[in-house]
Amino acid sequence: MSTHTLSVLVENKPGVLTRVAALFARRGFNINSLAVGPTEHPEISRITAVVDVEDLPLEQVTKQLNKLINVLKVVELDGGDGSVQRDLLLVKVGANAASRSQVTQIADLFRAHIVDVAADSLVIEATGTDSKLNALMTLLEPFGIRELVKSGTVGIGRGGKSITDRSRERAVR
Amino acid sequence: MTLPKPAPPGSQADRRPTGAEAIVKTLEALGVDVIFGIPGGAILPTYDPLYASKIRHILVRHEQGAGHAATGYAASTGKVGVCLATSGPGATNLITALADANIDSAPVLAITGQVGARAIGTDAFQEADIVGATMPLTKHSFLVKSADEIAPAISAAYHIAHSGRPGPVLVDITKSAQTELTDWRWPVKMELPGYKPVTKPHLKQVRQAAEALRTAKRPVILAGGGVIRAGAKARLDLRNLVDRSGAPVVITLMGAGALPDNHPANLGMGGMHGSVPAVAALQRADVILAIGSRFDDRLTGDLTTFAPRAKLIHADIDPAEIGKNLPVDIPIVGDAATVLAELCQAAAEWPARPDYRRWWEYLKELLRNYPPGYDQPSDGRLAPQHVIERLSALAPADAIFVSGVGQHQMWAQQFLDISGGRALLNSGGLGTMGYAAPAAMGAQVANPERQVWAVDGDGCFQMTGHELVTCALNGIPIKVALINNSSLGMVRQWQTLYYGERYSNTDLHTGDDTAMIPDFVKLADAYGCAALRCANAEDVDGVIGQAMAVTDKPVLIDFQVSRDAQVWPMIAGGASNDTIEYARGLAPAFERDEF
Repeated sequence: MSTHTLSVLVENKPGVLTRVAALFARRGFNINSLAVGPTEHPEISRITAVVDVEDLPLEQVTKQLNKLINVLKVVELDGGDGSVQRDLLLVKVGANAASRSQVTQIADLFRAHIVDVAADSLVIEATGTDSKLNALMTLLEPFGIRELVKSGTVGIGRGGKSITDRSRERAVR
Repeated sequence: MTLPKPAPPGSQADRRPTGAEAIVKTLEALGVDVIFGIPGGAILPTYDPLYASKIRHILVRHEQGAGHAATGYAASTGKVGVCLATSGPGATNLITALADANIDSAPVLAITGQVGARAIGTDAFQEADIVGATMPLTKHSFLVKSADEIAPAISAAYHIAHSGRPGPVLVDITKSAQTELTDWRWPVKMELPGYKPVTKPHLKQVRQAAEALRTAKRPVILAGGGVIRAGAKARLDLRNLVDRSGAPVVITLMGAGALPDNHPANLGMGGMHGSVPAVAALQRADVILAIGSRFDDRLTGDLTTFAPRAKLIHADIDPAEIGKNLPVDIPIVGDAATVLAELCQAAAEWPARPDYRRWWEYLKELLRNYPPGYDQPSDGRLAPQHVIERLSALAPADAIFVSGVGQHQMWAQQFLDISGGRALLNSGGLGTMGYAAPAAMGAQVANPERQVWAVDGDGCFQMTGHELVTCALNGIPIKVALINNSSLGMVRQWQTLYYGERYSNTDLHTGDDTAMIPDFVKLADAYGCAALRCANAEDVDGVIGQAMAVTDKPVLIDFQVSRDAQVWPMIAGGASNDTIEYARGLAPAFERDEF
């Protein structure tokens, strides 16, 4: 098993996410994370799916995704230096007058932000790769994690090329 | 709930058309001539303009019948078959037929009514999320909530259904969209930016494939349902390629008729109940050129031991089929007709015909030693294989045969001679019991001048046989050869072989030595059909002759056959194709196993 990040450009139409998610389920592919959102073109949405699969089934899932009528393009993002991939984390950590400065210090180290403060807790917002956020969590754990929410990974290729451009040409032609 | 103000029925000269009228106009503009369906609340507006349309609507008795009839229409013509149903149960009753058409790649357009747009999601009367339910079972689906979307959605659905790899497409149209007014324009612009089926193969790969075939020592051309779906030109080019190369051909169940059964290069069907020569040829091949086959498990058996020495060339219109089940050496994405035409062109440039003589010596010995055959049943009752052999001998040269699923389906494949202009339609992928009667109805409607025979089983027929009513009332004179062994025969065969003859729930009591419920002759008579019974071998020809003389109504023959007859050859489920048995306990002696 290895982890792959797929960027799936889809028509911005109702039911498309269901079709994509159902396809993963039916063919037995595990989704680690899923993020959906708009692109620079209002008629196109972008689904980023992080999946754990072998190479051969990955080819099959890519082909099956391409068969969906509403799917415009499937691109596997380079897992190394070729792309930037980020998650967003919001975490509510126990912090009283005694521990608050320690917690804020840890947040600073990770270039995270304090976005809410209460008498006995803080909410920290952090972005980064999976491993960076895991490291942050390890350090925050002793203070007591009250609540945690994390987005799916989103990713973009480095360099000047855009994966939407060519799809859009196809879309409007 | 207040009823939407209905548009006045009949003429619409002085106003814009309703959505319902747009549905009918769109179907007319697409050239649809027949629709199979049943009205109901949510589709009622559409049935009003349909009443005045030149489109023939055939009122079936169950929506599953409408779906299979549309499939039979499609499979026998290559045109899109159309079915129509209401929301909720009407739509869900279509699902089996849509799943069937999907796995067997039949172009079908299903239109369903849906509750009013504002009632969606409220669990309204006869509301079912049919688009959600059929997502994994259709090629695509549309939910239409406004009248303006009707023409674009139906024309896109029609286009998707028959282009690329054909399949069923569902258009679910709210009742409110049917009653709204709209501006109907034709033709409409289709916007399908994500749909670009590849039909033209890469020439480089075709040339590689042709070269692999030319230099092969033990080639097999495997012809699947894709060759049938690609039409007459594809079949002709397959024949040309076979005649030019001299390569043997194995067909799949859905590929029946791709090369005439009586062509000397046709080794028969591969797979679980395939012929010994066909199965052995695939196992020993050094090159397999597969066209329009998806390497179903019923063909390959245990994948790890399937065709172990073969270089695999796989041509298919669906890129996702290539490499799905087996690693492929030369992939070709393209329509079977185009691929075969290009292969023929490449083969025409060969300096000489390839030399497959040693291979053919081996295959001819197998063909001699293991012809299709069967034992006479020990209970003295009629052999089902004999009935089908005689039907094949007596039916016209352009007959269409439609089988259900199970033993009779395999015997139909083995003992019907699908040559000349004949066709065999059946439910290969989904294995839908109940396919035959309604699919035969659809094929007969599309081909009124041809004789259409449903070769059905007693179990299958009881699932959808009521469509004989539709046939009788609409002048659709299909013929049903009921291979009545009073059992769910294929399941019983497995119980005989693998479950110590414990016949759990496979006895159907329809034999003339049982309670005989129902009596199929009485039942067919009640359905307004001619009905005949045959229990003796010497009567078979006469009864078939009598049935063929009936042309003004459907006819059913209740062939009372032995329940102990079995389908052979056979490879046990999941076993290696090397373990094929020619008859029970009889493994072929592959003496010259130098290959």
